[in-house]
Formats: sequence, structure tokens, C-alpha cells
Amino acid sequence: MPKNTQLNISHPKALEMTKTETSTTPATPRRNVAARGGIFEMAQVKRNLVVALAKLHPRTMYHNPVMFVVEVGTAFTAVVFAIDFGSSSNSTNLFSGLVVLWLFATIVFANFAEATAEGRGKAQADALRRTRTSTVAHRIRADGSIEETATENLGYGDLCLVSAGDTIPCDGEIIKGIASVDESAITGESAPVIRESGGDRSSVTGGTKVISDEITIRVSAKPGESFLDRMISLVEGADRQKTPNEIALNILLVGLTIILLLTTVTLQPFAIYSGSPQSVVVLVALLVCLIPTTIGALLSAIGIAGMDRLVSRNVLATSGRAVEAAGDCSTLLLDKTGTITYGNRRATEFLPVAGVPSRDLAEAAMLASIADETPEGRSIVELAQRTYGLEVENFDGQLQGATLVNFSATTRMSGVDYHTSKVRKGAGDAISSWVISQGGTVNAEALEAVHQVATQGGTPLVVAANAKVLGVIHLKDVVKEGMAARFAELRAMGIKTVMVTGDNPVTAATIAAEAGVDDFIAEATPEQKLSYIRARQTGGSLVAMTGDGTNDAPALAQADVGVAMNSGTQAAKEAGNMVDLDSDPTKLIEIVAIGKQLLITRGSLTTFSIANDVAKYFAIIPAMFQGVFPALAPLNVMHLTNPHSAILAAVIFNALIILALIPLALRGVHFRSASASSILRRNMAIYGLGGVALPFIGIKAIDIVLGLVGIR
Amino acid sequence: MTTSDFVGLGILIVLLAIFAPLLGRYIATVFAETGPGGPRFIARLESRLFALAGIDEHSEQTWRAYAISLLAFSSLSVLFLYGLERLQSLLPGNPLKLSALSPALAINTAVSFVTNTNWQNYSGESTMAIATQMAGLAVQNFVSAAVGIAVAIALVRGLARSRSRTIGNFWVDLTRSITRLLIPLAVLFTLLLVSQGVVENLTAAKCVSTIAGGRQCIPGGPVATQEAIKLLGTNGGGYFGANSAHPFENPTALSNFAEIFALLLIPFSLPFAFGRMIGRRRQGLAIFFAMFILWFASATAAMYFQTKVAPLNQHVGVAVASKSGGGNLEGTDLRVDPAACALFAASTTGTSTGATACAHDSLTPAAGGVALFNMMLGEVDPGGVGSGLYGMLIFAIVSVFIAGLMVGRTPEYLGKKIQAAEMKLASIYLLILPISVLVAAAVAVLLPTTRAAILNPGSHGLSEVIYSFVSTGNNNGSAFAGLSSNTDFYNITEAIVMAIGRYGLMIPALAIAGSLGAKAVIPAGEGTFPTDTPLFSAILIGVVVLLVGLTYFPVMALGPIAEHLTGHF
Repeated sequence: MPKNTQLNISHPKALEMTKTETSTTPATPRRNVAARGGIFEMAQVKRNLVVALAKLHPRTMYHNPVMFVVEVGTAFTAVVFAIDFGSSSNSTNLFSGLVVLWLFATIVFANFAEATAEGRGKAQADALRRTRTSTVAHRIRADGSIEETATENLGYGDLCLVSAGDTIPCDGEIIKGIASVDESAITGESAPVIRESGGDRSSVTGGTKVISDEITIRVSAKPGESFLDRMISLVEGADRQKTPNEIALNILLVGLTIILLLTTVTLQPFAIYSGSPQSVVVLVALLVCLIPTTIGALLSAIGIAGMDRLVSRNVLATSGRAVEAAGDCSTLLLDKTGTITYGNRRATEFLPVAGVPSRDLAEAAMLASIADETPEGRSIVELAQRTYGLEVENFDGQLQGATLVNFSATTRMSGVDYHTSKVRKGAGDAISSWVISQGGTVNAEALEAVHQVATQGGTPLVVAANAKVLGVIHLKDVVKEGMAARFAELRAMGIKTVMVTGDNPVTAATIAAEAGVDDFIAEATPEQKLSYIRARQTGGSLVAMTGDGTNDAPALAQADVGVAMNSGTQAAKEAGNMVDLDSDPTKLIEIVAIGKQLLITRGSLTTFSIANDVAKYFAIIPAMFQGVFPALAPLNVMHLTNPHSAILAAVIFNALIILALIPLALRGVHFRSASASSILRRNMAIYGLGGVALPFIGIKAIDIVLGLVGIR
Repeated sequence: MTTSDFVGLGILIVLLAIFAPLLGRYIATVFAETGPGGPRFIARLESRLFALAGIDEHSEQTWRAYAISLLAFSSLSVLFLYGLERLQSLLPGNPLKLSALSPALAINTAVSFVTNTNWQNYSGESTMAIATQMAGLAVQNFVSAAVGIAVAIALVRGLARSRSRTIGNFWVDLTRSITRLLIPLAVLFTLLLVSQGVVENLTAAKCVSTIAGGRQCIPGGPVATQEAIKLLGTNGGGYFGANSAHPFENPTALSNFAEIFALLLIPFSLPFAFGRMIGRRRQGLAIFFAMFILWFASATAAMYFQTKVAPLNQHVGVAVASKSGGGNLEGTDLRVDPAACALFAASTTGTSTGATACAHDSLTPAAGGVALFNMMLGEVDPGGVGSGLYGMLIFAIVSVFIAGLMVGRTPEYLGKKIQAAEMKLASIYLLILPISVLVAAAVAVLLPTTRAAILNPGSHGLSEVIYSFVSTGNNNGSAFAGLSSNTDFYNITEAIVMAIGRYGLMIPALAIAGSLGAKAVIPAGEGTFPTDTPLFSAILIGVVVLLVGLTYFPVMALGPIAEHLTGHF
């Protein structure tokens, strides 16, 4: 399980808190809070079925025009069935009754799909709601005194004191103090994080718990509008708005529905002319089979499930629109630190001066680093271990009674004094002055090596022993393994990656080349980021970025997808349209994949739905007119038993396919990074051609089953 | 089909493959953003015309202004033509002393020619004065074609431009289509037709004594001039009632071949012009191939079925021989032969021409069904001049929208995002024809009086009614005949259907041009849905056939399919 980089490395304190990534795969999805039941778990199914029935109300159905047409058609058919019941033959009654039943099932299945998608979110919301118990807040009055009050009474701008053991009453900004906070309630991450006033880690979330120390916070959200509230309403899908693409698709589906409605309605005059008037039941059956019910039924479930996939990765989007935009992004702005590199400089090479064996340099460097607890120091020990098999324990004897010189920011060096030896390692100028103070000199060769490392974008550390310079350690930003491959994948998908770093252009260029990003912004200032985003947008690209500082806010707002780190400031969170609760900038790549998968699922099922109609025509049209034109028999390519079973089989297939596709709609169509052309070829083959072929098989199979149970 | 049929088809394809790209390149220069090239005298002529009409040729219009200009121009054209038809008995240039048209027929014909439909509920030689033919119908043959080209060019501009408020100037596009494209081509084809014996005179009917001793008056007229533009502009309104089956319009096998080539030429060259205008020729090629494959499939299917003996004749044991190895000769002159008749039929319905070289009512049910289906496609294979291109581009937009999502991006075509506004307009575009055609046809088969106008019983009769409304709705104008359609009901209903089928599609097309033109172009990358590949052509064909199939399959089953299959029993 990879740990997530919790804090901004640029902050001095961060060094202590940062956990080194041990795995290179960027944050695998972590299931949030509540465990989810399977889609077809019995209790869940029952609950969703109830919800599905409640959704039958025309006022609810109206929002889904395609299914609304089915509902009206079903009601109409039921009435006709009831009226004609007495005057029809038994076989006709059985047929009409079954058609009415299956039409009804079609609507229920559609609602069931939506209810299931919503249900999954509800389970999550319930778990979240449990953390939102009303707590007592300690409000600071204007005169500085403290009063106890219920959370609900807090207003925007109020100041509160939160001490160790208290639950933070609502979203806010720390204005005084520092504390470690347990945010597991919203992130699922058990390790506490540091929050403090000033800087980029000043915001706290209601419902999280202070573990140590005491902070004063300013309330930044009204009760009921807190982060947790928003998250709950989002996962519940309560105020779900249709996304732009969903609206456009709906328009097309409505257009198709009207055309096919017209086709069906005008068919009756032609049928009468041809001497074969059709019953209402048959016409409605034809209509329902032809209009795009499959996608109409699953469209909203797909949208909810897409949002849900995001939430399950601990990313909270303010709208579905942002998820769609993520799929469209063609430029990703990635922070170097923590996303592309491990975030710490690491020792990669020992460069001894002439006459010093490399192993001796490594040994000295290791000994000098024992007292250096920073990641850099540890990386030196690791490198010595790795390259020469040196173990600190082996030196225990020598080090008996040694004095450790700890690393400090003022001396900028560390080392150890033992017996008669003194070893030091540290920044070039610090070691220079130490060597000189010890009566030695720094030779030109060492200075050259220092210069060399610096021009390569690395950080040189000089190692000296007893007034003699032994050599230089090359520290550099290490690019996470697999990043280059990942960026190549993104490139294949048509997505450009841009590395953003505060480093100078030389260092930036080195790392950019190593990581394989397409472009970089060196010595990046917030203004530069903003203008870069604008330039890309003017060129027609959609840009995604992550950010956490207040000064990132304008760029986050400008970006099409702005993912704010939860550890960041309130301003950043408000400016972006997504918040990553894990504060993991790498997740941007996953967010894009989720957006793409959502769109692919929608497109694939639309194609499938329309392609299905071919077979349905071949089932129903011959069945309708075989009586008057026996010659139409060759059109009955599936050799369906008789007109009634043919029509019924088509209707049943049409209903069952909705049920069968619910898991796919919720899970999303398989997505792998590849170029648009190859994704298209694959999905067109599966959902386009498959969509034409499958119903031929399905309808035939249902027809056979109908024959077996004696319905004909 | 015999070898010679294949050879003929092959030569036609080779000629199209040579001339369509060339003409496409030329058309692209006519409407180039930098202004047209070409001879100075044409530019001077145009400048004078623009000055006369008070048009600033450098000013541009928004899509609304463009559409309003187009509607104003078309309305005036209808009024003018209506007046000419109603007053022809009082006007000069009427050597046969033909009387004025009835109001219903006059309005039907006026709308028919202005909408590029050229549906004719009359026979030209016995109804239209020479002056009406020349000053009215022939003029509309030019301008209605030019209007179609203008809309297509406007839509292409919308796709090509980035953040543009305007889509060109209707009057300039209209004028340049005529001066630089239609007139020069028409002159060339007129000469070619005259060389084959197509008549061209202004005299009254020539009366001769026949061998049998009777006396026959044979009307002539300015036929060749009108014939050339009839085909080049995919108009299809014949000088004579028999249209291109008449020996004065289409005297030889060579003229027949040339006419087929002429009616396909501009529609097939427009996708090439499109590719050049947007600066991506492969995109134009993808559209071209979608059109071409549909046309090719329909042509070979029609030829196959037409060169077999009609099922009904087979049934009753009638053996029919033709000079080229059999086929359905009913309604076909030996001069034309069944295969050429079928090729003409498929091409005239695939384009929105509607000229006929043989009687479509007499086509075998399957070949007639092919002709019907071609029109149902919405005239996109390759469609009418202009209307074929903008129709296919709108189908492309719909295809991109459905299939484009499958690559994981919100759909875009040529770098333009396809969003709710475009889908609304595209949905309207798709809806208009089924609404007008199906409703009108349903009413026609329901009303007892209109039912009486159907001359044949059963599925063939249904085909006749459907054909008439599909033909008028899609602005094709070819007639299946077998329907006494010079009645007030048919005249008026058809006029409405023709107008809706023309402007009900042009206005959404222009609105889409405006909406797309205002958008920024998104640069294409690896993540972009590719629309310049064979796969896209295939998807486009699939969407066109599927959408049309879904709409019309029931009626096709009751009409041509039932008739065809019944014949086999």
C-alpha cells in the first residue's frame, strides 16, 4: 500500500512528516469508508427495487424522456388490454398480458439501474453522516472569553478553539497554532497529518479530530454547507445536475424517440392500407423496442457511477461537469515534487577526488551521515549499503564513544568524531570553511566536481575527513520508477504532460528529460502557471492541474480541471473544482482516466442501444405483416416460432438487456490507455458490431425458451 | 449484368475519379478565404452585379442574416415564377399558345423549381411556354443549385473558421457559384449534348405528315441549354414530360452516359472542395468515400435487379430479351437499355436530380426499392449540389457524437466541440423529413379521395404514394408515376413538403454553421476521434443507413420488399 505524500516538501517541517513512497504505482484506488455490498446482494436489491417502484411516478419519469414514453405506452397498452380482455381469444390475452408485463418490467429495470447506482452512493453517505454528529464547539467571544455552543449555531467567520481530543466542529482555517489532526473520517487514511496556521496547510475539515495540541480556527463554511455536507449530497446524487454532454446526448435520444414514435404511428395507416391493421399492443411493443431504451435506462446510472468511482478514490468533484472535462483534458500540469520525483533529493553517486578509493569515500560519507536524519542523509547511507555493502552495524566497534555531529540548518553539515578521526559531509561552502578551519585546503579537483554536479541539475555534497576533501556526493531528484512509461501512455492518449517546478531551468530540464514529460515550467510562479494555462486554453486545449497554496488559486480556477489538495488552503479548495482528500497530486492521471471511462461507457452503450434495433426489426416486422404478406417470411431470418412469440421475444430481450448491462454501466467499460484510433476500433467492434449481432442470438434464445414453456 | 455493363460503370467511375478532385480543387479556389482567382473579366462582371444590387462583396453575414437573405431570395423566386406561370398566356414567347397554369399547379411547380426539387405534375411540352421555360424554370435551375452550394460552403466555413461570428455572404456565394461554376460547366455540357443531337430552337412545333398518313406536330424548344443545367445542378426538371427518356433530351447511348456523369460531377467534387477548404484533404476523402460507397452499392444493386426479368413477368412466364442479354425492358427504350436505365435511376435518386431515363414505375420492385431507399437516405450519396455535402456533414456530426464518445472525449468534429446546441439542430435536421414525408404519406393513404389517385393496387400502389412524398420531401423530384398527382391535394401538400424538405434542413444547417464557426478549433492529437480514416467512412455509412433504415424499414417492408418477395412466389 503506497503511502501518500501528505505535506508540501517546500515547508521545512515537512521533511519530518514526509513519508518516502515505497511503491511507484501512483495511489491505487482505496475504498472509502463504508464497505460496499455487491450489486445484486439480496437486501440491497430489495431496497433498490422499492426505490425503483417509487420512481415510477410520472413526475419523476418525466425527467427521462425515453423511459417516460415507455411508461405512457405501457399505461396505454394496459388500458387497451383491460378493455379488450373480454372480447379477445385466450392466446391473444396471454400475449397482450405478457407484453404489458414486460413493458412494465422495462421501466422498473431502468429505475432499478438508477436506484442501484444511487444506493451505492447512499451507503457511502450514511457512513459519512455518522461522523457528522453534533458536537460542542468552543466559540471565542469578541472579548476573548470562551463559550460552549452547539455546532449548528456557528456562523461564518466565528472563531473557535479546538483542543486535543476534540472534533473540529466545522470547516475552517487555522489562524493560530499547530496540531496533528486525524482526518481518517474523510480520507480513510489513518496516519494523522499536521495542520498549522499560515502557509498552505491551514485548512481543517469539520468532522476530523485534533489529536495533539490546540488550534484556533475561523469558521469558513456555514453549517449545512460544510465539506462533509457537500460530500454527502454529492455521493447521494441528491442534487445531481445533468452534465453538458449528457444533455446533448439526451437531446439526440429524444430526437430519435420522436422519429421512431412517428414511424410507429404512421405505420398504422400504411398497415390499414395494406389490409393488415395492427393492434395497439403490437404497435407499442414495436415502439418500445425501437426507441433507445437501453441507453435511456442506463444514462443516469452511468453518470452517478462515474462520480462514485471518483469518490471511491477519495476525490470529490463539485460537479459532474468537472468529471467530463477531465476526460477531455489534453494538458496535465504536474508538480514535480511528489508527483514526478519522490520529493527528496537522493544520493546517486560518489565522486572521489584522485587518489581516494571510491569505497573509502562511501565509508566516510556513510559515517558522516549517521547523524543526519533527513531523507538526504538516509539516502547516502542507503547508497553506501547498496553499492559497497557497507553496514552501519559493522562500524559499531570503531564508533564506540564517538561524538555525533548532528545535521542542523545553521551548520549545514553533519559528521562524527571518533578516535582521532573527524569526518564531515555537507554543503560545499560549509565543508570548505570547516576544512580550512582544520588547517587543510580544498583542492581544485573537488571544486570542479561540485561545479559539475550543479550544472547537471544535482546538488553536490562534499565529504571531508581530517582536513582533507575526499570527494563529492551527487544528490539529485529521483524520478519515480515507471513515470516515463506512464507519460508515454498519456502521450499515446494524446495528453501532454507539463512539469511544474520551482527549480532553475537547468535542473528542470534534466529532470524533465529523465521523466519524459513533454514540457516544463521552471522557476514557476503562480502568474507563470496562470499564463501558461491561458495560452494552452487559447490554443484549444483543456488543462488539468493540481495545487494547494493560496497562490495557486487563480490557476486552479482558470484550469478546466483544478484539483485542490485537501491539505491545502481553503482558497485553493474553493478555486478548484475537485478536491483530493488524500492530497496526492499523482491522482490527476487517474482522474483523467475516470473521466474518459465515463464518456466511453456512455458512448459504447449508446452505440450498442442503437445497433440493437436491427435485429428487433427483423423480429417484429415480419411478425406484424406475415399474415397479409406471407412472402415476407424470408425476413424472419431468426425463424422465430410465430408472430406472438417473435414480438414477445423482442420485448423481453429489450427489457432483460437493461438488467444485464447494469453491472457494466456501474463498473464502466474496460479502459486502457491507448490512442483514440485503437480504442475506437476495439469499442466499435464490441459495442457496434456486437450490438448488431447479440440481439439476433438473444431474441432467438428467448423465442426458444418461450416455446419450451408453452407460450406461443 | 453483362461485361459491357461493368465496363460502362468502370469508365464512369474512372472519369469521376479524375474530374471530381480537379473540380473540387477549382471550387475550393472559387470560395477561398483569400478571394477567388480566375479570369479578370468574371471579377469585373461580378463587381458590376454587386454594385447594381448594392452589395458589398467584402462584407460578411452572421448565419441569421445569411438565412434571412436566402429565404428572401427564395420567396421572391417563388413569387416571380408563380407570376410567370400564371401570366404566360399574356406574355410573349409562347408560340404554342399555351394557357396559364392553374393556381395549385403553378404554386407546386414554382416551389418545386425554387427548392431544386423539380417535381413536375405536368408535361413541359404541353404546359409551359418557351418564355416560362427559359426565363423561369431554366433560371431556377441555375439559382436553386447555387443556393444549395452556398449553404454547403457556409457550413464548411463554419467548420474551418475559428471564433468567427460570420459564415460568408449569401449574395456573393450565390453569384460566384453561378458565374464561376455553373455557367462555364453548363456551356460545355450544352455543346456536348448538342453534338449528340439534343434540340435547341425557339420555333413552334414542327408539324409533319407521318408515314401512316397522319399528321403529327412535334414541339421543340431551347432544350439543350436547359438540359445541361438540369443535370449539372441536380435539378431534374425535364423540358419534356418524358424527361431524359425523350429522344430530344437524351438521344444516344453516349448522351445518356454523359448525362449520368453530369449529374454526379458536382456533388462528388464538393467533398474534395471541402477537404481543401478546411486544409485537410483526407477529411474530404473520408466524406467522399462514404458517399461513393453508398452510391456504388445502390447503382450495382439497381443494375443487378433491373437486368433480371421482373419477378411478376417471370411468374407469368414472359420471357424478355434485350440486346444486352436480358433484363426488364418495360418502360425502357432500347436506346437506353435496362442496365443504363438502372444506373441512371440509382444516380438520379442518389443525387437529388430526379431526371429519369426510363419509367421508374416500371423498374423491378427491388430496383425501384433501391431508388426509393436512395432518396430516403436524405440525398447524401452523393446528394444534390450542396445539399449532399451539408447533409453528409450533418450525418458526420451525428456519427461523431454517437461514436466519438467511445474514445473517451466529449465529441468533436474537425476540432469543433459538438454540444447540446449542435445536437438540437442536428436532431431537428433529422426529424424534419420523417415528419413531413411520413405524415403526408399517411394522410394520403387514409383519405378516400387521395386513395383513389393511386392507380395500382397493393404494395406497388403504396410504393407510388411513398415515393412521391419521399421524392418531394428530399427535393429529388423523380416520379414513380402511377399516381394522378395533379390534384389540389397533391399539388399543395407536395409544395409544403418540398418547402419543408428544403428550408427546414437548410436553416438548421446554417445555424450549425454559425454555432460551430463561433467555436475555437481544438488542435487534433492522438486523443482525437479520427474522422479521416476508412473506419470513419464505415461508421458514417452505418449511421446513415441505420438511421434511415430505422425510420423507413416498416414502410419499405410493406412496399417494395413485399412486392419483390411476393414476385418470387
